[in-house]
Amino acid sequence: MNQVFEGPAIEWFALSPLLVLVGGALGLLLVGSLTPQWPRGGYALVASTTLGASIVLSGFLWVDTVEPRLLIGDSLLLDRYAIFALVAMMVATLMSVLTTNDYLEREGTDAPEPYGLILTALIGGVAMVLANDLIVMFLGLETLSLSFYLLTASDRKRTTSGEAGLKYFILGGFASAFFLYGVAMIFGVSGSTNLQSIAAVFGSEVSLTAGDAMLLAGVALLLVGFAFKVSLVPFHAWTPDVYQGAPTPFTGFMASVGKIVAFAALVRVFTVALAARADDWRPAVWVLAVITLIVGSVLAVVQSDVKRMLAYSSISHAGFILVGLVAASHLGDEDASLGVSSTMAYLAIYAVLVVGTFAVVTAVAGKGDAATSVDAFKGLAKNHPLLALAMTVLLLAQAGVPLTSGFVAKFGVIRAAVGVESYALAIVAMLAAVIAAFLYLRIMVSMWLADGETTVTTGLATRITIGVSVAATLVIGFFPDVLLSLARSVA
Amino acid sequence: MIGATSTAVGFPLLTMLVLVPLVGSALVALIGRSRPEWVKLTAILASVFTAALSVWVLVEFPSGSAGFEFVSRHPWISEWGISWHLGVDGISLFLVVLTGLLFPLVIIGVDPHHNEKPYLAWMLLLEAGVMGSFLSLDLFLFFVFFEIVLVPMYFLIGGWGYDQRVYAATKFFLYTMAGSAFMLVGIVATAFLAKGEVGRLTFDLLEIAESSSFSVASGRWLFVAFMIAFAVKVPLFPLHTWLPDAHTQAPTGGSVILAGVLLKMGTYGMLRFGVFLFPEASVWARPVLYTLAVIGILYGAIAATMQRDLKRLVAYSSVAHLGFIVLGTFALTEQALTGSVVQMVNHGVSTGALFLMVGMIYERRHTRAIAELKGLQAVAPIFAGFFTVIMLSSIGLPGLNGFVGEFLILIGSFATARWWVVAATVGVILAALYLLWAYQRVFHGEPDEANASFPELKLREGLLLSVFVAAIVFAGVYPKPMLERVEPSVKALLEHVEAHSDYRQPVAKGGVNE
Repeated sequence: MNQVFEGPAIEWFALSPLLVLVGGALGLLLVGSLTPQWPRGGYALVASTTLGASIVLSGFLWVDTVEPRLLIGDSLLLDRYAIFALVAMMVATLMSVLTTNDYLEREGTDAPEPYGLILTALIGGVAMVLANDLIVMFLGLETLSLSFYLLTASDRKRTTSGEAGLKYFILGGFASAFFLYGVAMIFGVSGSTNLQSIAAVFGSEVSLTAGDAMLLAGVALLLVGFAFKVSLVPFHAWTPDVYQGAPTPFTGFMASVGKIVAFAALVRVFTVALAARADDWRPAVWVLAVITLIVGSVLAVVQSDVKRMLAYSSISHAGFILVGLVAASHLGDEDASLGVSSTMAYLAIYAVLVVGTFAVVTAVAGKGDAATSVDAFKGLAKNHPLLALAMTVLLLAQAGVPLTSGFVAKFGVIRAAVGVESYALAIVAMLAAVIAAFLYLRIMVSMWLADGETTVTTGLATRITIGVSVAATLVIGFFPDVLLSLARSVA
Repeated sequence: MIGATSTAVGFPLLTMLVLVPLVGSALVALIGRSRPEWVKLTAILASVFTAALSVWVLVEFPSGSAGFEFVSRHPWISEWGISWHLGVDGISLFLVVLTGLLFPLVIIGVDPHHNEKPYLAWMLLLEAGVMGSFLSLDLFLFFVFFEIVLVPMYFLIGGWGYDQRVYAATKFFLYTMAGSAFMLVGIVATAFLAKGEVGRLTFDLLEIAESSSFSVASGRWLFVAFMIAFAVKVPLFPLHTWLPDAHTQAPTGGSVILAGVLLKMGTYGMLRFGVFLFPEASVWARPVLYTLAVIGILYGAIAATMQRDLKRLVAYSSVAHLGFIVLGTFALTEQALTGSVVQMVNHGVSTGALFLMVGMIYERRHTRAIAELKGLQAVAPIFAGFFTVIMLSSIGLPGLNGFVGEFLILIGSFATARWWVVAATVGVILAALYLLWAYQRVFHGEPDEANASFPELKLREGLLLSVFVAAIVFAGVYPKPMLERVEPSVKALLEHVEAHSDYRQPVAKGGVNE
């Protein structure tokens, strides 16, 4: 019989945001390395244009995509959930690119590679979020992670940067191995790596007694892999070192985009493929959430370096987001969809917040990217009242004070948790937020209530990033309806 | 039934009460460094305008009305069933007026000494938050205001306070926020549990209170969640430890506001959200709350007696006074509840004035240690005179405002909480003890060298204090206008409690005025 290989149909337009990013990244790396140094801001301009085009295309796709669509032979799943995450990631990346531009200029190391790596990381992230297949997801994860390792180690003048990169690389390798092993186990039980097929196998009435241990092992390994990526306690040990060691704008990039990607994929795998086994994995996620919330907040308080503080605070935020997943796990409950939508809203809000926060830290850190202790913020309010005010708004938002986006995020998650009657978890989460508030207060005390002579220079691009971040924080805080209805339509 | 009737004035009065200070705060913050003289002017205008609006509310408020007046309601976050729902009834009316009047007095009368611009901006933001808390008829909206108040107060204590200010400010912030954490979960749970009976997810206080009856167990849990937040705010023993620190370290203006209106957010919350939303649970929890309140009364009084710092003494006296208010609130009789509401306002006036005078002493002597002050009466008789009147009002001397509330509370609570009242009465005597003893040590005797040059009251200070003294005397001699407006709402609240629980008031012996 004469068989002809027939490739799957490819909907090019549906892939356009990804393709634009690939084009931009390759163009930057290829053309950038073959041409002499571009004029100031040239690389950043290309990167931002690429991101802008991708955001616009994603916007068109959002309007087009009412029903979920399977792409390239079922390997990608395009739905509003994915597009929402995509846009949030790209906006956060765009803001990071702006900060990066000023940072590289200050350090005198403007080059195409950092932007290329940022875009590559984003491409990996996009693949991971769109993935409808665990293998595709793994490919995305690796692309994302490798770019992160390089970005972390990219400051050659500071030894801590290289050290952090190495640490991240080694531990990240372990995590990837866990993830892959989990995929293999699940494939062993279900005979597929496709999310829907896995769901179909587990959702059917067929008794799985024989494969149960293997399945649970697979789920556990998968969870460990994800837990490492989103830095849940006890898989968080890398986070403070990497956040501290990495060049500050890249820390902001990793904190925002890394979180969105890993959580979006985590929620998708667990609520789609493993939905039928929710009763098995919910207790584990519950425990992880509680430990993460408490340990993250408590350890944040005793740090003296702002980047380390924010690392622990990001761990605590991860615990909060996990509360949303616990709520989402109560399938069949009419309020379970709140879990997914509140998780996505939290991610989008947190990403914008954290990029802005790290933009301020970048500015304060000064040449050499070294002044990141709490003391470096002393007297900031006296010399730069606007910058201090912006940072105060961002920190209050992270603490979850009302009329800021951070409160909207926290309220949404708490509401989802209470909706499925997880009262204990909701209370633990809120109390953890109170503990974490102490750390934000410490930074504020340094800025407003301590004497010091901090002087910083902020470039235009950084100012735009901070301004957008603060504006988003306040607008969403006062009028959250638009964001909430967008987030509701993803679940 | 407590409905939302509305007195139409064709003008969003209550919304303006919140927005005017908010906008004023933003304006003050935006004034350039080259125009320092506009800063104070803007702040004064904004706060005086707010005061005028609050007086307008008082004048237009129909006496005898039991429902919510001047209601304004607009959808805010429709995704979550949250609306901008403001209203004022007899219970909140005088707190709103007190807030409206206290802020301009503090802004005009108390000098922050440095960085006037941010100080005034935070003050006005604080005013907006406090106003909002007293006016909100939506659980979410209330929480937003209740919580947002922390930020300006934190900065006021931290930025303009005394030596231990950062510690005190942080303690205040975290303590209150921890209490609110429980309330937030409680609020969300309330909305979800009420969803079935109300028909949709809403955070509207009136809709939930009228149409839903929580099961006994869940009602009690929710009540506890709310109460933790309010008990911290009041503060109720044993959650009071933030208060002496915050009061002692806060700048004078901050202390006045803290004692005058901020603490009332807790007692007001207990009435409006505790008793009104969860009548059954309020009845159930009474013994515990009585006991804590009475411990607070006695403990606050004894601790106050022992203080060496005059400001700390006044702070502990607040713990005792607020114990009376809590006792009266949960006594659930008409007289006691009316007394509590009246006492909230009166305590704000007299303790606010006491803090003002302690601030003046500190300005003159740069110490608040009782041991270092002596014989002030001989060198500053007018000063001592004002202090005496204010002190006596705080002690609860008949004829001054403090007596009205305290007496109503004790009389009203006797029927339902007899033995606790007996214990609380000891607190009344102790109040006389610690204040008079402090007065004796500070004002009597021959002034030593350091105190001999203690300056007499200045005209500006005298005018400021005269306002307080006028209020103290008026409310003490002629409390009828106030009682007339408070009573109907209190009656309605008690009817609501009786309709939603097994509780019945002890057979009425007539109203307060008879």
